[in-house]
Amino acid sequence: MTDALLRFDGVALVRGGRLLFERLDLAVGPGEALQVAGPNGSGKSSLIRLAAGLLRELRGRVERSPLALADDSSALDGELSLGRALRFWSPEPDEAMDALGVGHLAAVPVRLLSSGQLKRAALARVAASRAPLWLFDEPLNALDADGAARLARLVDRHRSGGGAIVAASHQPLAGDWRRLELGT
Amino acid sequence: MIARLIARDARRGLIGAAWLPIAFFLLVAALIPFAIGPDARLLARIGPGGLWIAALTAALLPVERLIEPDRAAGVLDQLFLHGAAEESVAAAKIAAHWLTFAPLLLLAAIPASALLAMDAPSLARTELALAIGTPGLAALAVAMAAVTAGLPRAGSLAGLLLLPLAVPLLIFGAADAYLLEAAVSLLLTAGAPFVAAAAIRAGRT
Repeated sequence: MTDALLRFDGVALVRGGRLLFERLDLAVGPGEALQVAGPNGSGKSSLIRLAAGLLRELRGRVERSPLALADDSSALDGELSLGRALRFWSPEPDEAMDALGVGHLAAVPVRLLSSGQLKRAALARVAASRAPLWLFDEPLNALDADGAARLARLVDRHRSGGGAIVAASHQPLAGDWRRLELGT
Repeated sequence: MIARLIARDARRGLIGAAWLPIAFFLLVAALIPFAIGPDARLLARIGPGGLWIAALTAALLPVERLIEPDRAAGVLDQLFLHGAAEESVAAAKIAAHWLTFAPLLLLAAIPASALLAMDAPSLARTELALAIGTPGLAALAVAMAAVTAGLPRAGSLAGLLLLPLAVPLLIFGAADAYLLEAAVSLLLTAGAPFVAAAAIRAGRT
């Protein structure tokens, strides 16, 4: 498979002097979804940040397509309305906001949003990007049942459009995900 | 993306506490006559140097909000993921910081010069030197903000790092040595984005 959107070749990662994993191979192609699972501290978030290019691998090689990342920080300016804050990152966020059920909050300042609404906003930031590869770090954190269902629909739509998703989560994700267990 | 970042940072600087360093600058300038006494000739002689010291100390105030809030909120990570090199991000932050700091400072130097009994030619020379030196000062502030981002007591630490490095700006600025001041300012402005970028990359965890 040469058209993988994310590929790890014999990758080793060290954080704070601790070897989190080594000789890790993985390939995520168009239409695929990979859940990175494992106990707390097993390196799920680090794997996502490595996949994003925010961390450097110690050994091996990482190849990645253009990507978008949603982690615990929303990267949205608190004093702006949600619509304007999202527009800093992508010109057309309206559809993604509706898909995550935060369209009616477009005029509300980001600092007034609840943590669940902020999580939806961060996911909308990813959905509004045109990146083929989506990276999620604990996407279900703070999401209610409606939010989780909307996320599952969004994931399905992205996959059927030829996109790929890698999500780190210790909770089961709705849908058909390949699993990678860390720390075992 | 970079133009949008400059506009965003400038807007945040202006709605935030842009007036705070300026008020501090005026306050330091107002303290000098109290400390030195009301001798107008003496005040006029030390006036330009006084303005420079006030400007340097005022430049320290915003250091903590230049980089750290964006690092903590994940904005620096997202800028990288949107294809903006850290060097460009740092250069944008220097530009935005200069825009929110320097024009107000140059304006505030007018009442401050009155407090120090400076005459118009002396004020004009100091304004010119400040205009030349402030880009270097802004660049230094952003670089030190990046180096100390995420550390405890980052503000005091950034001050300790910044002030010694600002001494050449101070010497040539207070001496009206415009070409040397411009050289130092240019060197700092050109070098600071690379220092800040390396610090931002090294600070990623």
